[in-house]
Amino acid sequence: MSEHKQLYTVSIYTENNIGLLNRISAIFQRRHLNLDSINISTSEIENVSKWTIVLQLSEERMKKVIGQIEKQIEVIKAYYHTEEETIYQESCLFKLRSNLLFDEREIQNIIKESNANIVTVNREFFVIEKSGRKQEIELLHRELSVFGIMQFTRSGRIAVTKDEMKISKMLEAFQP
Amino acid sequence: MKDTQTLHKEQKVTATTMRITGSEAIIRCLLAEGVDLLYGYPGGAIMPVYDELFKFRDQIHHVLARHEQGATHAAQGYARISGKVGVAIATSGPGATNLITGIADAQIDSTPLVCITGQVASHLLGSDAFQETDIIGISTPVTKWNHQITKASQIPEMIAKAFYIAKSGRPGPVLIDITKDAQFEEFDFSYEKCKGVRSYNPVPKIDIDDVKAAALLINSAKKPFIVWGQGVILSKAENELMAIIEKAGIPAAWTILGASAVPTAHPLNVGMVGMHGNYAPNVLTNDCDLLIAIGMRFDDRVTGNLETYAKQAKIIHFEIDPAEVDKNVKTDVAVLGDAKESLSKLLPLLKTNTHTEWHQKFKDLYAIEYEKVIKDDLYPTKEGLTMGEVLKEINLHTQGNAAIVSDVGQHQMIACRYAEFTTTKSNITSGGLGTMGFALPAAIGAKMSAPERDVVAIIGDGGFQMNIQELGTIFQQKVPVKIVVLNNEFLGMVRQWQQLFFDKRYASTEMTNPNFVAIAKGYYIEAQKVTKRADLKNAVAKMMAFEGPYFLEVAVEKEDNVFPMIPSGASVSDVRLE
Repeated sequence: MSEHKQLYTVSIYTENNIGLLNRISAIFQRRHLNLDSINISTSEIENVSKWTIVLQLSEERMKKVIGQIEKQIEVIKAYYHTEEETIYQESCLFKLRSNLLFDEREIQNIIKESNANIVTVNREFFVIEKSGRKQEIELLHRELSVFGIMQFTRSGRIAVTKDEMKISKMLEAFQP
Repeated sequence: MKDTQTLHKEQKVTATTMRITGSEAIIRCLLAEGVDLLYGYPGGAIMPVYDELFKFRDQIHHVLARHEQGATHAAQGYARISGKVGVAIATSGPGATNLITGIADAQIDSTPLVCITGQVASHLLGSDAFQETDIIGISTPVTKWNHQITKASQIPEMIAKAFYIAKSGRPGPVLIDITKDAQFEEFDFSYEKCKGVRSYNPVPKIDIDDVKAAALLINSAKKPFIVWGQGVILSKAENELMAIIEKAGIPAAWTILGASAVPTAHPLNVGMVGMHGNYAPNVLTNDCDLLIAIGMRFDDRVTGNLETYAKQAKIIHFEIDPAEVDKNVKTDVAVLGDAKESLSKLLPLLKTNTHTEWHQKFKDLYAIEYEKVIKDDLYPTKEGLTMGEVLKEINLHTQGNAAIVSDVGQHQMIACRYAEFTTTKSNITSGGLGTMGFALPAAIGAKMSAPERDVVAIIGDGGFQMNIQELGTIFQQKVPVKIVVLNNEFLGMVRQWQQLFFDKRYASTEMTNPNFVAIAKGYYIEAQKVTKRADLKNAVAKMMAFEGPYFLEVAVEKEDNVFPMIPSGASVSDVRLE
């Protein structure tokens, strides 16, 4: 097992219970691990939440952390994957001054070429949304920042795995 | 909200359903779980439950501790000796936060506890109300599970779940926080025990191939060595362990919490591993060709420096908690599952063996330890009394049948090294957390759980003063525990480290102590103090023969050290004898 740190996407299937966020985050906090991003949403299964956490870690430590996560009563299953094993996206919003649309012709090209969508336009500002990989979003951010960005926000990563996750089967097996 | 995660059938309101308050439901849940004894301290937010405890006082005995921490340790002592779930109860705010040390202790030592705390009314949650504290947030990292109840109707399912989680698999503490309005609210009560939680698999299924792989390694090993831990006691695998040791002729050592699972006098019991463990098992950890770990977690106090721990050996790990496998020591074969079941499957696969030469190595090293350490501990020739000779005197009376409850520090190491055990579940101590103040209240719980057994608490002068108020509980409940304070007027273990590693700078370790005998007598507890060797024998005899609680203070040598010792960060084979 290598000590080499790499970026992992952790997927956790859990019950949707109050307090679990505290319990999971304590596992990382205790080991002085900083998260790149965290996203919690509903999953493909009713009443089951899916967490997507991104962080840098050696594989050896990653395995131990997964063990600690799975140990929590309300965690159904936890996995970790490398970049190659997942399909992932992030999303972001840019708020920009509306006059740029008329004064800076290049902006329209940037939006078109980056496959971003205009969400809303009014007299003062317009908002564009872009989904994609982190690098694409960072590129767009660089391109737009020369014009001045009023507000910017980026979501955590969401990911699905190329391999099957057998959560439903696992839950069926729990039935008495 | 109906809890969809607990696996039992839909409850229906039937003829057996009663309309009762949440607080009465709590008591009825406890009764349904077989609880007849609990420890606690009342206060505003838990008063409705205490009102019910009063009404049910013929069926459930509430022991009023003198501090909530004492209540948790008493519940731990009860759980450790009985194998049942200990129960502690407290009010919100400071009552709840005072439970935390005991809960953390139970978490790290895998002790089944259910703690119930009162909470401010649900409409006040988050408003910084009087005695409101976020006990769910505070207790999360030190509980196996916790849950806040805001509706009476949730009480039966959540308490059932609490008991199930606390005692199943690797046991641990669970905290249930119940708002005051939920305690007052009436609802239709019925109770069903929890049979499973869908996201929780307490006992991994044993893979027979792993057992076979383990057997293969054991059968071909020339120098096999077993280290067992509390997992053997928790899974009631003492007989299976003994059968394996005897059939395969394997020398076996124990971690501090594994003590007493195999009788001290068993010829293949080679003593304790770890920082102040015996010389032979520590040294030979780095000589064996196969290390068989059973129900233990390779704590750093056991392994010393991991870089030099048993590197020459293959490692087999029998373990119930998957997160412990490969956590500290990389295993060659991991057998997941309950120890009793795994060892039963292993036994028939083992060849009969003796390993006489290998065993002789342990005996040879024991002889060295005896000459350099044990002889002077047990048969001192100097004037000052040693802790070891007090233990030896106690052994003469208990014949290994007593439960020894020790606190934390030098006396704890001496107690674990020299107390003789013939009965399992007899060494009750705070192993993982090292909680000073543990022993006095834990002895209360131990004695109340096993009134037929002698319970002797061995405590230092420091730890005694950390929960000294529980003398009040002992007096009020007439708990006939024997309390031995080994007084060296120092925080001895810290002083020992200061001597060895901080050039004798004794920063805040010397204690000017009160008249302990007068304090014990103030609680109407029979007491005496021994300062001379000549008086020790009679004093111990008097204590052991006394019917009620008894306090014995022994003034021991001030600056004795505990050896053997593996200095922090050193290798197990670099264990020092002086």
